[in-house]
Amino acid sequence: MMNRLLPIAVGAIAILAFATLMLVILPGIQIRIEEAPAGLQPYTAQELAGRQQYVNLGCVYCHSQQPRSHEQTLADAAQGWGRPSVAADYVYDRPHQLGTMRTGPDLLNVGARLPSADWHLTHLYQPRAIFDWSNMPAFPFLFEEKAQAEPGDMVVKLPPEFRPDGKTIVARQPALDLVAYLQSLDRSYPVDNEKNAVRDQGFAKRLEDR
Amino acid sequence: MTTMGLLLALSFVASLGALGFLIWAIANRQFSVNQQDAASIFEPGEIGTPDDSTAFQSHKDAKQQGFDAARARIDEAGHKVVVLMVAGAVLALIVGSLFGLISSFKLHLPDFLADSAVMTFGRVRTMHLNLVSYGWLSMAGIAAAMWMVPRMFRTPLRRPNLAFFGACVWMTATTLAVIAIGLGYSEGAEWLEMPWPVGILLGIGGACMAIALVDTARHRQVHHIYVTAWYLIGGLCWFPILFFIAKFPGLHAGVQHATVNWWFAHNVLGLWLTPLGVGTAYYLIPKIVGKPVFSYAVSLLGFWGLALFYSQVGIHHLIGGPVPTWVVTLSIVHSMMMFIPVIAVAINQHGTVLANLWAFKQSVTLRFVSIGALMYTLASFQGSLEALRSINSVTHFTHYTVGHAHLGAYAFTSMVMFGAFYYMLPLLTKREWPWPRLLNLHFWLVVVGFSIYFFAVSIGGWLQGMGLLEVGRPFGDITRMLQPYLQARSIGGILMTFGHLIFAVHIAALLLNKQTVRSVASVQPAAIAETV
Repeated sequence: MMNRLLPIAVGAIAILAFATLMLVILPGIQIRIEEAPAGLQPYTAQELAGRQQYVNLGCVYCHSQQPRSHEQTLADAAQGWGRPSVAADYVYDRPHQLGTMRTGPDLLNVGARLPSADWHLTHLYQPRAIFDWSNMPAFPFLFEEKAQAEPGDMVVKLPPEFRPDGKTIVARQPALDLVAYLQSLDRSYPVDNEKNAVRDQGFAKRLEDR
Repeated sequence: MTTMGLLLALSFVASLGALGFLIWAIANRQFSVNQQDAASIFEPGEIGTPDDSTAFQSHKDAKQQGFDAARARIDEAGHKVVVLMVAGAVLALIVGSLFGLISSFKLHLPDFLADSAVMTFGRVRTMHLNLVSYGWLSMAGIAAAMWMVPRMFRTPLRRPNLAFFGACVWMTATTLAVIAIGLGYSEGAEWLEMPWPVGILLGIGGACMAIALVDTARHRQVHHIYVTAWYLIGGLCWFPILFFIAKFPGLHAGVQHATVNWWFAHNVLGLWLTPLGVGTAYYLIPKIVGKPVFSYAVSLLGFWGLALFYSQVGIHHLIGGPVPTWVVTLSIVHSMMMFIPVIAVAINQHGTVLANLWAFKQSVTLRFVSIGALMYTLASFQGSLEALRSINSVTHFTHYTVGHAHLGAYAFTSMVMFGAFYYMLPLLTKREWPWPRLLNLHFWLVVVGFSIYFFAVSIGGWLQGMGLLEVGRPFGDITRMLQPYLQARSIGGILMTFGHLIFAVHIAALLLNKQTVRSVASVQPAAIAETV
């Protein structure tokens, strides 16, 4: 067998096909039959545009969207990041933005935790205007500098030392969209036991065993 | 509960079936490999002669030079495409390193280059990843494969023009992918950011080179397929399937997308970059030392074990997340099983080096390759342990994982590829390295640089993870605590990048300088040339 090409290739592909069945197809079937929880609304057009900003600026590389369960740690809830999420919480998410890094905090419920648009605009323009310790990038290109705000402009509230030459900072549309998306991040509604079953319960078992 | 029980039962039955098949196959000598097969990369009478033009050139007798000349004739057909892929890989390494360095700086100097969307952290970091994975590592691995396969099979590369076209398409696709990410056309899933039309282009480029390699293998002049080629065949089968399923537009959503994402992202390491690295090391270590690998039969276990277990570990990236418990458990179990194939490869590769430490001392090339192979063992052990729930609770969501990723992709795969280029290019171009001492400088710069990098993110990441588990610890406190570790990471990155610049300048000098042509071509080819 190890002297011929075809058997090696067939064996290799068969093994991957089995792995695809176990890791992609079967969990896919189990997850995709989940329906949206009663408390979850589809994204509006503006929220989707904001989500697109979230994706293309790569927010996911520093922010997760998956609070952990109290069986695993009490810290996530203590930070105010919300209840442990379930598969049904994400039915409207394309692409998924679960994330694997917490250089910054978890954002799945940031809309509930920090509902103010003013706060988010200031924070996006210059995070260090709010937290001197923050290492989040500033996004000045989502805003424009104006000598004077015009009617209908969303002015960013800034301490004087962060205002360039006394000019006014006004949010551009992408910033407003992004903030709308961040405000929509609120999965604080309750989920029933059935929905709660579709998440990793491996830590819960451990707690029972003790 | 019923679904979960059924699925685990299915997995168990299938594994038993696979195990049964393996036993049947071995019993019926379907798999019979023996120590003679391990010698199939050597010419008769060549065993015992160390072979590395950067270290043992003066030891080469007329016979060895004759083998070199014969193999040089085999190299001829693939010369152009291998040089192109080498140049492209090195260019991607340099640009990728600079982007990596910029993203590292941004983590402790967040207002550095903050004025344009193209240079924001989320995009620079992503351009770095795509450049070093699809540019540097993939292209370096394919270049090494297109040079090793003809030599292993003692026949020139077939369809070299198709392969050349494929290389051009691959390079175009990688460039377009990076530009698209920079301009904000990311598709948003880690490792799968490039827009899918660019993905199709990458697929076409890869397919052209694969056809050339498979056609070469079909015309082979040796009976046995050497272990390196198993890994390359495996990688060639696996990568297109993974990429096609994971990139298929409109198919994936929500948590299901996350499971596909991590099934892909872990397999692109385990079933694509790892086979390129392990396969290359399996060829170069015995070749440089001049002795076959320690135990050839064990390499069977390494290969089939890798296929069976590595393919199912991906969901350990979602431990504690909103995915069904049984899939997470399945991936954790297979992560543990990975100890088996990793130990099998370790016995073979480290066993061969340990028995020939004199070669390790003399050959910088071997040092690159075998340190790389050693890091494969360590990265895999570390990865298995990180999949344990208790350890994952600390390391998940932290820079510790970044350290682990670089231990695999850099200390293992990149180091093997550095060694492969140093070994391969003098033979391919029939020229000497202009400044042989630079090999040592490159080696120490990247070893010291990476050590600083790795310990900084590992220690910092562990403390970050402990902080994230501590109730009442303010988030800003963790960010402040991490600062010095992130600064140290940048210092390590600067040293690594310096090493890469030396590597690139040296390769450019070798390729452009026509003065140092070796005299080897004048020697009469030995008998093997007749089989070409």
